[in-house]
Amino acid sequence: MKIVVAIKQVPARDSLLKVDPSGTWIDDADLSWEINEPDAYALEAALQLREAAGGEVIVLCAGPDRATQTIREALAKGADRAIHIETEETAADPLALARTMASALASEKPDAVLTGLQSDDLGYGQTGVILAEVMGYPHATLVMSVETTANGIRVKRELEDGWFQNVEMPLPALLTIQSGAAKLRYATLMGIKKAKSKEIKKIDAQPAVASSLKLERIYLPQKSKRSQIFEGTPQEAAAQLVDKLRFEARVI
Amino acid sequence: MSGILAVLEQREGKLHAMSPEALAAAQQIGAELSLPVYVVVLGNDIQPLAGTLAGYRLTKVHAVEHELLAEYTPDGYTAALKQLIDLHKPSYVLFPHTYQVRDFAPGLAAAHSRVLVSDVIAHRVENGALTLVRQLFQGKMNADVRFEGTAPYFASIQAGAFRAENAHKSESPAAVEVTVPHLTPQQIRTKPLERFRESQRAVDLGAADRIVSVGRGIREAENIALVEQLAQALGAELAASRPICDNGWLPMERQVGSSGQTVAPKLYVAVGISGAIQHLVGMKGSKTIVAINKDPEAPIFEVADYGIVGDLFQIVPAIIEALKK
Repeated sequence: MKIVVAIKQVPARDSLLKVDPSGTWIDDADLSWEINEPDAYALEAALQLREAAGGEVIVLCAGPDRATQTIREALAKGADRAIHIETEETAADPLALARTMASALASEKPDAVLTGLQSDDLGYGQTGVILAEVMGYPHATLVMSVETTANGIRVKRELEDGWFQNVEMPLPALLTIQSGAAKLRYATLMGIKKAKSKEIKKIDAQPAVASSLKLERIYLPQKSKRSQIFEGTPQEAAAQLVDKLRFEARVI
Repeated sequence: MSGILAVLEQREGKLHAMSPEALAAAQQIGAELSLPVYVVVLGNDIQPLAGTLAGYRLTKVHAVEHELLAEYTPDGYTAALKQLIDLHKPSYVLFPHTYQVRDFAPGLAAAHSRVLVSDVIAHRVENGALTLVRQLFQGKMNADVRFEGTAPYFASIQAGAFRAENAHKSESPAAVEVTVPHLTPQQIRTKPLERFRESQRAVDLGAADRIVSVGRGIREAENIALVEQLAQALGAELAASRPICDNGWLPMERQVGSSGQTVAPKLYVAVGISGAIQHLVGMKGSKTIVAINKDPEAPIFEVADYGIVGDLFQIVPAIIEALKK
């Protein structure tokens, strides 16, 4: 089975973010970067699917030069090769991105395309579903597990409120993988060594087309409530908090 | 149509809890843009529900009926809604931001060469132009987004952004228009099987007066014991954000948020939880919210009444001590 996993590089989770002078994106000069966490689960699901069904796992990643680091890490975890769509566009329109990805995959004709359910930066939660539409693949979102059947695959989807549903579909198909569905593996020393010689095919992004939305401005959210923040030593802050909970909020 | 179409989610003839919020959003934005408001429900045998919806202040209720829509599939919903939108040409198409909408609406918008503005938390209208607000970076940033190009424009509305009780009713019922889309079984490529739950919930967090909830900041499974001590000292139930349950450090039944339980206790103490929107929607109705987090910019402080910024491994033991006095 030829499995593509689409991953993205995003700022590390505990980054302190600042708005850049343009006011439309973050200042990314001093940030550290990592794989988008939901995509790490998609990579894990792709590797497990290959272990069950055979074949190869191809990493697909759009991003600037620094994304090479994240691609290498995915290769070190066991992906076979990679396609890097080189683009400086950081706040890409997901439809434009999906079209670029679809053309990058046109010659590959994968049996399955996996990706995380959303990105931790833009958080549209759409690129996978749009890619399915553009490629003409059936899809399922919020997938917890995948098994192959005689005619295709059966996936377990998460629904709301603790419910799940199994869905059957033919291949090729696109799946967005729910986070936490499996334990993530670590790269082995051997894996890291092997990754250095694995192929990363670099291709140029297609020129941007007119987008249907415009990110006008980004800003720190205004607090809707005025929190009382208690300062001082942990003991002082704790004493003030307990006092307020007892005598102001009266909840204990 | 040149109006606003709200796509309402239903199952077995009952509206999803977020559907009336999307209806209220359509009415409010419709009033501000001076546009008529329509709603649509899809399914098989949904005319009784369409009749109930006609009691709201609407220009028309569309009931899209087909036996292939009896069970939700992304292919069936996308094809049926595309036909309705192509026929009536609404300017705006609004959805509640449910799991189901996340499954099909991005593809539906893409089929119109548009991008869905997903997870909208607020809006404003200036000089007849609509600006939508959505969150970036797990709630650490907000973004103002405008539509470009030609209609239709697609957006999904986050839970709690509009209030269901603000959905206006009307004395005279709206017209109901039943349409039967052209669908063939071959178009529906996925086959949904039965829905199921993994286990009965033993813990009803919804009934708890006080909840202490733990997040990623706790770092190791062994450290959960510390938060458990705080819960005991407060007479509270222990709960968690999603990553904790994903790691198996606490059972799924203790998860608060859009994929877990929704709670509104008298006291909610969030320990080491940054406050991604998926968590906030599950607890922001709590009466008193306390946040303990090392990051002063963490979104949890937006909803907190009381907060302490710092190392939870020092602060939590100090609170346990203070409670003994």
